Amino acid sequence: MKRALPSLLVHALLILGALVTLTPLLWMVSASFMPTGQASSFPPPLLPSAPTLEHYVDLFTRLNLARNFANSLLITVGVTLFSLVVNSMAGYAFAKLRFKGRDATFKVLVAAMVIPGQVGMMPLFLIVKSLGLVNTPWGVMITGLATVFGIFMIRQFALSIPDDLLDAARIDGASEWRIYWTIVLPVLKPILVTMATFSFLSAWNDFMWPLIVLSDSSQYTLPVALANLVGEHVQDTELMMAGSVLTVLPVLGVFLVMQRSYIKGVLMGSVKG
Amino acid sequence: MKSLTSEGRQQSAAWTFLAPALVLIGVFFFVPVLAGLVMSFTDFDIYSIGRPDTIRFMGMDNYRHVLADGEFWRALRNTLYFVVVGGPLSVATSLAAALLVNAKVARMKGFFRTVFFTPVVTTMVAVAIVFRYLLHPHYGLVNNALGFFHVAPIDWLGDPHWSMPAIVLLAVWKNFGYNMLIFIAGLQSIPEDLYEAAQLDGAGWRAQFVHVTLPSLGPTFLFVGIMTMIGQFQIFAEPYVMTQGGPLRSTVSVVMLMYEQGFRWWRMGYATAIAFILFAIMMTVTVIQMKLQGDRGQS
Repeated sequence: MKRALPSLLVHALLILGALVTLTPLLWMVSASFMPTGQASSFPPPLLPSAPTLEHYVDLFTRLNLARNFANSLLITVGVTLFSLVVNSMAGYAFAKLRFKGRDATFKVLVAAMVIPGQVGMMPLFLIVKSLGLVNTPWGVMITGLATVFGIFMIRQFALSIPDDLLDAARIDGASEWRIYWTIVLPVLKPILVTMATFSFLSAWNDFMWPLIVLSDSSQYTLPVALANLVGEHVQDTELMMAGSVLTVLPVLGVFLVMQRSYIKGVLMGSVKG
Repeated sequence: MKSLTSEGRQQSAAWTFLAPALVLIGVFFFVPVLAGLVMSFTDFDIYSIGRPDTIRFMGMDNYRHVLADGEFWRALRNTLYFVVVGGPLSVATSLAAALLVNAKVARMKGFFRTVFFTPVVTTMVAVAIVFRYLLHPHYGLVNNALGFFHVAPIDWLGDPHWSMPAIVLLAVWKNFGYNMLIFIAGLQSIPEDLYEAAQLDGAGWRAQFVHVTLPSLGPTFLFVGIMTMIGQFQIFAEPYVMTQGGPLRSTVSVVMLMYEQGFRWWRMGYATAIAFILFAIMMTVTVIQMKLQGDRGQS
């Protein structure tokens, strides 16, 4: 739309939209520094009268949320690293190795993407229980260690690796494992960075499955601990906001640093249609 | 060059490379899904965990009971409200944001794009808690902003008529940035000469929008529409954290009902039947949407 909307109107709307979008997050940060009770006064204050760190101190001392932060970090980093290796091996094999049953297997996997996870959730819980993984980080991680979406994305990217490059290495006597490790992985680096970001964000933010698998508050991930905390501390607005900041900060940080490759990944994922 | 040994070597290497992924996906996805299908025809409950020999097949009984249960229909109505009201609202917001960010005159496009996308990456549990306070009838910023326009305070989370709109509000805020990105990509792929031709025909911005922009975005709408809908049918964390399904069960979603039945009351056969019914509904609506949009695209 050339010369369509006047510049002033466009920018006014953009700024208004940005304000509305950021207000909940900015207020969350601001309220987390307010002295106890200030957020529940009228009219609602936008800035802390006397900024305090007491709620953050509370989170790490009295409420022992550092434990939950560590759980979340362990699970998130574990899922991310593990899934990168497993998905890239499979994605590369589907893209570049010649073997019987390749296309049929890949089709079955892709078709399975339409099945929502909930239909298998009860049996999955029983499987995790029978493996003794209920209430452990492994029980939470198990659903993210290999994903069809990750395999799909990496395969799409790996299709562009020239066959000659791989065949030349084979003639030089390189083993398939060595080819994967020294030739394929470096080429896949951009997509691996994107998938690592995806995986980090979704594992950190995941709620329903950790809620089901973890029963002991010392094992909770941060989102589950936070949802549990709001039940007892619903009156402590400022404390809950500090907890929310703590929960959101790592993903926000990762997103801001990685946004270029993350956004590229979102668009790649949408092209498949 | 493709000697037999190379083919054979690739053959066995391939399955070695695939094995970890296929085993994990098989054991933790395909097996549970198939087991779930079987389970949905049984009376699997908390006693069955210790005594599997007591499990009985009940045919379609679970499905019959779910469909005769008022709780299920209430949850389905709430979920459909979320899909039917929240879906178009969310897509419209995304499109508006995309048009603004992509406007020729707009500056700092990257900055605004990042700002609008930020809620997407935040943790749902955390922002649902933030919204609980923002929507507080007395101290919340939302009602105070509305009061500025002389709107009487709304009891967002306490009034069953306002609780679903509150959840829609949260979801639109949280998710519009995602579809905005996809719309921006769609807008950028529209050839510039289409607009130039329209301008030569004397089309103003409104006519250009209706006759060039919207039709060109057809495939994008289909993708965005289906993905948004599939996500919305599975809504869980928003009501779980913000309203616990209340007030008066006005925000219980289908997945939340499944969670309660399966993991609170351990009626696992029944809960799995709920999940399969939801799956069937999602598939049906997806097919209808593809048909409708496909037909429109052809005409």
